[in-house]
Amino acid sequence: MHGNGLNGSIRIGFYVCHCGHNIASIVDVKAVADYVKTLPGVIISCEYKYMCSDPGQELIQKDIKEHSLTRIIVASCSPLLHEHTFRAAVEKGGLNPYFFQMVNIREDVSWVHSDRRAATEKAQDLARAAVQRVFHHKALETKHVKIHPDVLVVGGGIAGIHASLTLANAGKKVYLVERDPTIGGHMAMFDKTFPTLDCAACILTPKMSQVKNHPNITLWTYSEVSKVDGYVGNYKIEVKRKPRYINEELCVGCMDCIEKCVYKEGRTPDEFNKGLSKRKPIYIPFPQATPQIVLIDPESCIEFKSGRCKKTCVEACDRKAIDFQQKEEMKEIEVGTIILATGYHTFDAKRIPFYGYGKYPNVYTSLEVERLVNASGPTGGEMILRDGRHPKTVGIIHCVGSRDKNTNRWCSRTCCMYSLKLAHLLKEHTEAEVYNFYIDIRAAGKAYEEFYDKLLDENVHFIRGRVAEVSDWAVRPSEEGKLIIRAEDTMIGIVRRIPVDMVVLAVGMEPQADSQDVRRMFNISCSTEGFFLERHPKLAPVDTFTDGIFIAGACQGPKDIPDSVAQAGAAAAQALTLIDTGEIELEPNTAFVVQEECSGCRTCLTICPYNAISRDEVKQKAYINEALCKGCGTCVAACPSGSIKQNLFEDEMIFSEINGLLEHTPAVCCE
Amino acid sequence: MKYLSYPGCSLRSTGRAYEESLVAVFQALEIQYEELKDWNCCGATSYVSIDEMDAFALAARNLALAELQSPESTVKLIAPCSACYLVLSKTERYLEDYPEVSTNVNAKLDKAGLHYNGRVEVRHPLDVLVNDYGLENIVKHVQYPLKGLKVACYYGCQVVRPFAKFDHSHYPVTMDKLVQALGAESVDWPLKTRCCGGSLTGTTQEAGLRLNRLLLKEAQKRGADILLTCCPLCQHNLECYQERINRIYKEEIDLPVAYFTQLLGVALGLPEKELGMQRLFKKLSLEHITHPKGEMANAW
Repeated sequence: MHGNGLNGSIRIGFYVCHCGHNIASIVDVKAVADYVKTLPGVIISCEYKYMCSDPGQELIQKDIKEHSLTRIIVASCSPLLHEHTFRAAVEKGGLNPYFFQMVNIREDVSWVHSDRRAATEKAQDLARAAVQRVFHHKALETKHVKIHPDVLVVGGGIAGIHASLTLANAGKKVYLVERDPTIGGHMAMFDKTFPTLDCAACILTPKMSQVKNHPNITLWTYSEVSKVDGYVGNYKIEVKRKPRYINEELCVGCMDCIEKCVYKEGRTPDEFNKGLSKRKPIYIPFPQATPQIVLIDPESCIEFKSGRCKKTCVEACDRKAIDFQQKEEMKEIEVGTIILATGYHTFDAKRIPFYGYGKYPNVYTSLEVERLVNASGPTGGEMILRDGRHPKTVGIIHCVGSRDKNTNRWCSRTCCMYSLKLAHLLKEHTEAEVYNFYIDIRAAGKAYEEFYDKLLDENVHFIRGRVAEVSDWAVRPSEEGKLIIRAEDTMIGIVRRIPVDMVVLAVGMEPQADSQDVRRMFNISCSTEGFFLERHPKLAPVDTFTDGIFIAGACQGPKDIPDSVAQAGAAAAQALTLIDTGEIELEPNTAFVVQEECSGCRTCLTICPYNAISRDEVKQKAYINEALCKGCGTCVAACPSGSIKQNLFEDEMIFSEINGLLEHTPAVCCE
Repeated sequence: MKYLSYPGCSLRSTGRAYEESLVAVFQALEIQYEELKDWNCCGATSYVSIDEMDAFALAARNLALAELQSPESTVKLIAPCSACYLVLSKTERYLEDYPEVSTNVNAKLDKAGLHYNGRVEVRHPLDVLVNDYGLENIVKHVQYPLKGLKVACYYGCQVVRPFAKFDHSHYPVTMDKLVQALGAESVDWPLKTRCCGGSLTGTTQEAGLRLNRLLLKEAQKRGADILLTCCPLCQHNLECYQERINRIYKEEIDLPVAYFTQLLGVALGLPEKELGMQRLFKKLSLEHITHPKGEMANAW
C-alpha cells in the first residue's frame, strides 16, 4: 500500500547487521533481510557483518546513489552507540540525515533472548515498524549554538584544583567554587601519599597557591552553587557566598585576631582535625589554608550569641577587616561548560556498632589517624591515644563500609593502599606491632604491589579475614584493658582474638550526603549507589548525559589521587574541546508549537522540566526555545489542544510504527 | 482482636514462667490477644535438618490456622519463644519469596483442608511491647521504678538473626531501652547475641557449659544484678547450670536469670505468683526497689 500512490517516491534501503556473533548467533539475519525485502517501499534489503565499519557505511552510500534511495534503515545496536555514525554516513551519501532510522536488535533482542525463532520474529516486527515509520520522516536541520568560553568548576579538592589549573593555563577563565573555607579537600588532611610516601601538603599546597594567584581563576571559597539555568554553552549560574564576617579584600591572614580572641583556648571541635583538637570562634582551618583568610563561626562567637563581647579581635586587626554585619552575597555568572568535582565523604563508622567507634575511645577512623600522624596535626605528629597512652599494638581493619552487603557493596579502592601507608607510618611513629585485617589486598596500581611487599618486609602482620567484632571483652589476664579484635584467620582456619591498644577503621568512600540535590540541580544522573553517572563507563568516563557538564574525581566513584588528577585533566580537555570548537550541534528532536492551534492555556509552561517554554503575552501563545528543549515530549503529551508537536516524534510516525509492530507475521528461518 | 498468640511447647513446660508473666503483663497493659486454636509444634531447629519442605509445612499449618482465626488483613501472630519466632518467621519469608516452596507447602496443607495466603506477620513480644505499645505508654503504668538495678540484657542468637525484623542483627538495643524506661541501668556488654549453647547442654554438655560460662561470667564481671532473656532455652541454660559451671571451672557465678516480661511485671507492680517468680531457681534481691510512696515491691 505504501509503495504506490501518495508515497510513490519513497525508496527504502534496509541493512541488518550481524555485529559479529552478537546479533547473528540469536537472530536469523538472513531471514530478516529476506522478509523486509517483501515489504512495500523497500528497494534494497541485505545483511552485513559489521554495518558500522567503513565498508558497511560505504555500502549505504553506494546504494543511495545507485538505487536513488530516499530512506535508510539499519537494524543493529542501540542508537546511543551508532545513530550518529549512520546519520553521518547517510548525509555523506547525499540524503538528509534524518531520513535515517535505527532499529535496535542487539540490546533489545539478541542480548536478551535465547529462543532463535522468537528473537527473529521480534527483529522482523521491529524492522517492519521502522519501515512504516520512515514514510513520514521529514528533512530536518541541525541547529548550532555558541559555547561561552568560561568554565565553572565545582569543588576545590585535588580534582577541582587540577581541572581549574589545566583550563586556566590554556587561557580559559575559570570560576572555582568551594563550599568549605579553604580549597585542598581531603588531600590537605592526609599526612603522606602512597606508594611514594610524598608529603601530601608538600605536593598539594603549591598547586593551591597557584590557583589563588592565577589571573584566569576566580576563586570563591565558603560558597555554594545555588541555581543552574540554561543549556550547553550558555549556563547561567547563581553562587551563594556565605558570610565569613571578614572582609576578604582587607584580610592578609596574619592571624593576630585569632591570638587575641577572648577565648584563650579553643572550645569548638576542629573540623579540619576531625574533632581531635579544638578551635576558637575566629579561626583558619589550617596554616596553609587557601585563601589565607580567617573566618568567624557565628555558632560559637560570643558577639553573635550575646552581642556583649569585648571584641578584642577587632582591636587586634589593624586592617579593620572584621565585619560582624557581613551578609550572604549572591553572584551571577555565565559559563559555557561545567566540571563537577564535588568529591566524597567517608563512611560513618558508627553504622557498624560492633566495631565500637564512638564507644571505645581508642577506636579511630583512618582520617583521624591521618591527622594524628601529621606533624601539623593536633598532637604535632605524636601518636597519643585519646586516653593518653602510646599504642604498643595496633589493629587496622580493612573494608569498613566497603564490600559489605549490609552497608556498601562497592570496593572503595583506596583503603588497602592507605591502610598499608598508615601501617608504615604507625610503625615509624611508635614501633608498635601492627595487624592488618583484610579480605583481599587490592594493590593494583603503579608501584602499589611493590609497596605491599615492602610492608611485608617491615614485619607488619596480615591476617586474612573479616573482623567479627571489636570489644573490651577480656577473657584472659593479658587482654585486660585492651581492645580485643575477633576475626577469622582464613589462612589457618581458626578464630583469633588479638588484643590491641588502638583500632584503626579503614572507612570506605561514599557519595556526598547531598549528591542527590546536586544531581538534580545540574540535571545529571546518579548510579544506584549515588555516585555521579558517566555517559559511558569505558568510552565517556568524564562526560555526563547532560551536554557541557563533566565530572572528575571521587564524585564519580571511589578513586585515589592519581586517578582523580587523570580524570580532572580529561574533564578539562573535554571542556576545552567544546570551547575551542566554539559551537555545538543540537539534536533537532525538539518540540514546537503550531501557533494557529495554541489556545494559550499555560499547561505546558508549568510542566516543562527545562523551563524551555515561555508565553507571548501579546499574542497569547506558547513559544518553545529550541536551544533549551531537550525533546522529552512531556508538553506534547500534556497539550490539551494537541497543538505541540515534536520533530522525529510526530503522531503519524508513532502511529505507523505501532501499526507496523502489530502486523505480526511468523518468521521463516533460513536454517 | 488485635493479636494472636502462639505459645509453643516450651512455654507449656520449662518456660511456663515466660507465658505466665507475658499473660500478666499483657493483661495489665490491656493488650488484646487470643491464643491460636489447635496450634502445633513449630518443628524447631531439628525438623528442618531432616526434611526442609515437611518442616515448612508443619510450621505453615500454624500460619494457615492464624488466617482462619483472624479476619484482619494482616494477622499479627506473637511467638515468644526464640526458636518458634525464627522458624515461623523463616516459613513466612520463604513462602513469600519462593513460589516453589509456597506451591509445595500449600499442596501439603490442602490435604488438611488448609491454605496459606500470606497474610501473617510473625512478631516477637519484645517488638510488640516496645514498638507497637510504646515505651512512653509502658512508663505510664510503672509502679515500681527499678532504680539502682543493673541489668544485662541478653537477646540470644535467634531473635535478630538472620531476620533483623525489629533491631540490629549484631547489636540490638530494644530490651536495653525497655529496662532503661523501667528505671534500671542496662549493662553495655558485647555478648548480647552470642550463643548460649542451645541444645548442646543436653547433647555435648562440655561445649554448652563453656558457652554458658562465658556469658554468665562476663555479665557478672560487668556488675549485672540480673541477666534478662527473651527465650525459654536461653533462660534454662543460663540459670540451671551455674553450680555445675562453678564446680567444673572453679568459678563463683551467682546470677539470677529471668524473662524480660517478669522484670517488666515487677515494675508494673504485679503479684509474684502471676509472674511465675516461684519457678526461678535464683532469687533476686529487690529490697531497694520501692514504691514511690515507700512501699516495698511486692514481688520478692
